[in-house]
Formats: sequence, C-alpha cells, structure tokens
Amino acid sequence: MYKNFLRYIISALFLLGLSVQANADFKVGFVYVGPTGDHGWTYQHDEGRKAVEAAGIKTTYVESVPEGADAERVIRQLAQSGHDLIFTTSFGYMDPTNKVAKDFPNVKFEHATGYKREHSNVSTYSARFYEGRTLLGHMAGKMTKTNVIGYIASFPIPEVIRGINAMTLAAQKVNPDIKTKIVWVFTWYDPGKESEAAQALIDQGADIIMQHTDSTAPVQVAEKAGVWSFGQASDMQRFAPKSILTSIIDDWAPYYVERSIAARDGTWKQQDTWHGLKEGMVAMAPYNSAMGSDLVKEVEQLQKDLASGKTHSFTGPIYDQKGNILVAEGSVADDGMLAGMNVYVKGVEGDIPQ
Amino acid sequence: MSFDLNFIGILIGAIMASSVPLILAASGELITERSGVLNLGVEGMMIIGAISGFALMVVTDNLFLAVIGSMISGLIISIIFGLLTQSLLTNHVATGLALTIFGIGMSAMIGKNFVGIPGKEFPLLFVNLKENIPFLGPILFGHSIILYFAFLLPFLTNYFLRKTKIGLIIRAVGDSPTSASNQGINVTLVRYSCILYGGAMCGLAGAYLSLIYTPQWIENMTGGRGWIALALVVFATWSPIKVLIGALIFGGITILQLHMQAVGLRIPVQLLSALPYIMTIIVLVVISRDSRKIKLNTPTSLGQIFYKEK
Repeated sequence: MYKNFLRYIISALFLLGLSVQANADFKVGFVYVGPTGDHGWTYQHDEGRKAVEAAGIKTTYVESVPEGADAERVIRQLAQSGHDLIFTTSFGYMDPTNKVAKDFPNVKFEHATGYKREHSNVSTYSARFYEGRTLLGHMAGKMTKTNVIGYIASFPIPEVIRGINAMTLAAQKVNPDIKTKIVWVFTWYDPGKESEAAQALIDQGADIIMQHTDSTAPVQVAEKAGVWSFGQASDMQRFAPKSILTSIIDDWAPYYVERSIAARDGTWKQQDTWHGLKEGMVAMAPYNSAMGSDLVKEVEQLQKDLASGKTHSFTGPIYDQKGNILVAEGSVADDGMLAGMNVYVKGVEGDIPQ
Repeated sequence: MSFDLNFIGILIGAIMASSVPLILAASGELITERSGVLNLGVEGMMIIGAISGFALMVVTDNLFLAVIGSMISGLIISIIFGLLTQSLLTNHVATGLALTIFGIGMSAMIGKNFVGIPGKEFPLLFVNLKENIPFLGPILFGHSIILYFAFLLPFLTNYFLRKTKIGLIIRAVGDSPTSASNQGINVTLVRYSCILYGGAMCGLAGAYLSLIYTPQWIENMTGGRGWIALALVVFATWSPIKVLIGALIFGGITILQLHMQAVGLRIPVQLLSALPYIMTIIVLVVISRDSRKIKLNTPTSLGQIFYKEK
C-alpha cells in the first residue's frame, strides 16, 4: 500500500514537472544500480554524468534502482518526463530498457554492458575491463606467496566470467602454480556479504583478494588481514593504502559527453561500443610501489602492449577446464566469443553456478 | 580445506563475530515481547542505530560516544513506537512495520553525507593472546568489547527473567496484563521500559555493523538482519539461550557456505545461500519441541492492546 501511495505521489510530481516543462531543453537521464557514493561502479558513472553536465547539458539521475520490476518503472518515468537520452548503467536493466524503448521511439537509450539492441533507438556500450584484469593477473601471479588468488564474484554473466578467465590466464603465464578460488555472492553491492566472502577467501589461504563487486569492503578486509588487493571501478586506494596494488578505473566521461552531444545535435546513431585501455574507457590507478620498481615497469609495458593491440588478453592456446581447446595456438579470441563467454578456462576451480 | 586446529579456531571466531548483531537485536526484542509487546520495527531501529553510530563517529571522532549515541537513538525511535502502541493504543504489527519503513528511509536521508567515508579502527581486546594461542586464541580473544557483551547478554537476560523480581513482573505483564494491573503493577510503564530497552539493544546491534563489522555507512546496510533477529526470537520460543544458539547456527552456516564455495565443493551455490535460513529454522524447531515449555515461555498477551479501565 505504501509503495502504491509513493508511486502515485511520484507520478503526480512527474506529471506536474511535465506540464510545466513541456518543450523544455534537451535532458539526459541516468539510472544507477547503487548509491552514487559507493566509490565504485555507480560513483564512476556519476562522474561521467557530471562531465555531461559540465558540457552544458541538463542531467538527472535516479540511484539505487534494483534490477527488476522497479527498473522498468524508473526508466519509463524518465522517458515520460521529457528526457531525450537515457543511460541505464547495469547489466540487469537490459530487458527493461528494451521494453521501454519500444514505447518511446523518440527517446534514445544507452544500455551499459548488455548485448540486446531490439529497437533502433537502443545502443549498447561497455568497457574491456578484462584488459585490466589481465594486468591484475600478472601482478597477482608475481606477488602471491601462497599461490592462491581469491576472487569475489557477483553474478555468473559473461562479463564476470571473462574477468575471472583473463586474470587467471595472465597469472598462469607468470606463475603456473596459481589457483583461483571463487566465491559467488549474488549481489553487486552488499558490504557485509562482500567482507565475509573476502575473509573466507583469506582464511582459505588466499593472499590476493580481487573483487567483481562494487563496495570498498573487500579491500578494507584485505588491508586488515595484511594481504594484497585490487580496487574495482574507481581508485579505492584511500580505503586500503597499504594493501591495494592498483585499481581498475572505469572512465565513462568522454563517451557520455560524446553521445549526449550527438543526441542533442541529431547525429546520434545506434551502435555497439566496446572500448578498452586504448580509448581510455579502462584506466589503471597508480601502481603501488610496494611491488617493486621492476614489476611496476613490467606491468606498465604490458599495459602499453594491451592498449596498442600488440598483446591480447585471450591469446591461444586456451583450454577449458576439461582440456578442450577454446582458442587455437596463434590466434586470439574474437569479440563474439568474448561477449558470450560462459565457461571457465583451465586452472579455475569449481563450477559456474547455473 | 585445511583442517588444522588453528584454522577451525579462526573459523569459529569469524562465526561469532557475524552472529553478534543477531544476538543483540534478538535479546532486546525478546524482553520487549516477553512484556507482551510485538515490535516489528527491529530492522528500522537497527539501521537508525547504524547511521547514528557512524555519523557520531565521524563528527566527534569518539567511538565511545558513537556507541552510546547509537543506543540512545535506537531508544528515541522506539519511543515513537511506545507512544503509538501504549498511549494511543494502535495496532502493534502495523506500527512496527511503519517503524521499519520509517527507519530505513530516515537513515538513508541522514546518511547521504556519510557515504564513502572510511571508518575508524575499533579497538580489539587481547590481540596478542589471539595470535599466540593456537585454536582457543582466535575463539576467545581479539574481539571487540561489544562481542563479549553480546555473548554474556543471553545469560544475563535468562537470569534476569527467571530470578529477579523485575523479570517476574515483566513476565506477569506479558502473560496477563489485566491480572498484573490488578496487582498494582503499572502495565504501561513496564511495557514502555521494555520497548525502550529493546530499542537501545537494536541500536547497539546497528552500531556493531557500521562501526566494527563493516566500518562504513552504506544505505540499507542491515540487509534484513532485523527480520532474522525477529524470527530467531519466535523460533527460539522466547528463550534467551536458544536465541544464542540460533544466532550462532545462522552465522555459522553463512560463513561456512562461503568456505564451501572457496573450496570448490560441487553443490549448487543457490542452495548453499539458502542453507542458513533453512538450517536455523529446522534446528530451532527441533530443539524447541517440548510444548509444555513453549507454553511456559510464550507471552500469552503478545501483540494484544492493553487498555486499563479507569
């Protein structure tokens, strides 16, 4: 009842806004899965939004929108209230975004990390985070003493599995003895659960903690336990100054500004964007000097090679857990294979939850 | 999984730490319910305690003040519940639910400015002993003072309810407010006090989360623990010691399922995630089968509105 009541009030407010602001300026809306202060995933998207705002375009955002029925309602409301371009910034918004896009052919939609573009007004974009994971794997393989890498995973979707595989392949290359232990927490953002998972992995002998979740809790646990960790999505260094070796930073700002201006000027076209280190959508935070200057140099070189295309994160031969060949020697995985990746590579322990 | 003794000790220590908020909140709610008041606002009072504790820690830089402040704010928000249910005689269930919704919204609003600030390190006791004694060290030492308090609390509560005069009065009020009132007991006053006590304990449980367990403020960070505490009280048939057992089982299986995953056991992860809930209910139902004892412990007037004719 309470929810319905709230719904009426919100819709009433939106209608009010609509009537006052009919034919108003060009507006861009953002839908976030977490709070803007998560200092991870959503925080970086909001930095991108601020850049759009700085470019002189009006923006609004709705934060902490659960992936599910609520998402469609929020996206629909943004579309109804006169937004011309809407960024939906989480994988779980994929179906709701396409559903709403069908009903609002004049509104442009941009969905992050998804693959469905069912209507001509839906674009998708993502970053090649796996390139960052390759760098992390290299550092992890060199830095681990116990040869156990702990990995906190969110949901079994290709993006997460790709990250696990890229990291494991890179770590194996420098240290064939490493093992990747994975704990699935089935959430993007639950600090309590994330820190319990980090602690469990540390107790199981992991001396490197990696996360594909959005809160700073795991790096804080790692700092306390005196093991190495990596920040996720934004530079989390100040939450664990000793423990963090680097962070993978998502830099959405240039893309958001470019697409917003294109939509405003009428040059927006449907596309699928997948940018990485080369374009700067994936960036690395300063490397922790505690890993020694030699390793820092090595990693910096690898970063350059990944950016220039000289090295690829998924270079064959790559085998799956059962030993079947996935990528033949001398070739690299194509984008189609990467986008739909749903098997672990050799060396990862356990099964992917179905 | 390495099965050396010290590892098991570390595991038990982690389980104890994760069950603390449940023990605190459930012990507080138990006293409230024993006086005949059903307060479903546990989650709301916990989250208010969590944000107040964290905000005070940031503003005053004093952990002691933060802990006390979280208890006071839990207490203050429970006054609202007391006023409505005891003085204005509203329905307990509806008022409690409203309190939870209010608490979650209110905490998110206060918390806006405290998101993303790193917490302060909470002092842990006997850290030396923890590291130097195998097995028992990580179980008994290296915890925060609140953990020790939480583990004493069920026993104190048990003693208090069974052996003290005030405990007897609370039980009398919960079983038959009319008879108690005829004996000259101020039922409303007793129930108010129990509600306030419950509020303070829930506040403390929240502060444990935001100051010690995951030292930071996150919207909705109690994550349903208040509801679990409520369920624990019922499934433990209002016995403080069984609340402790239930909380440990819940915490235990939560932690163990993560370890089972890390080891790579081939059990569906979804089943593992559901295990804590299933096991806790099964175990508590099994150990609480004696129907005579249930009757003895159940506050007969639970959730009923008491109206004294003048």
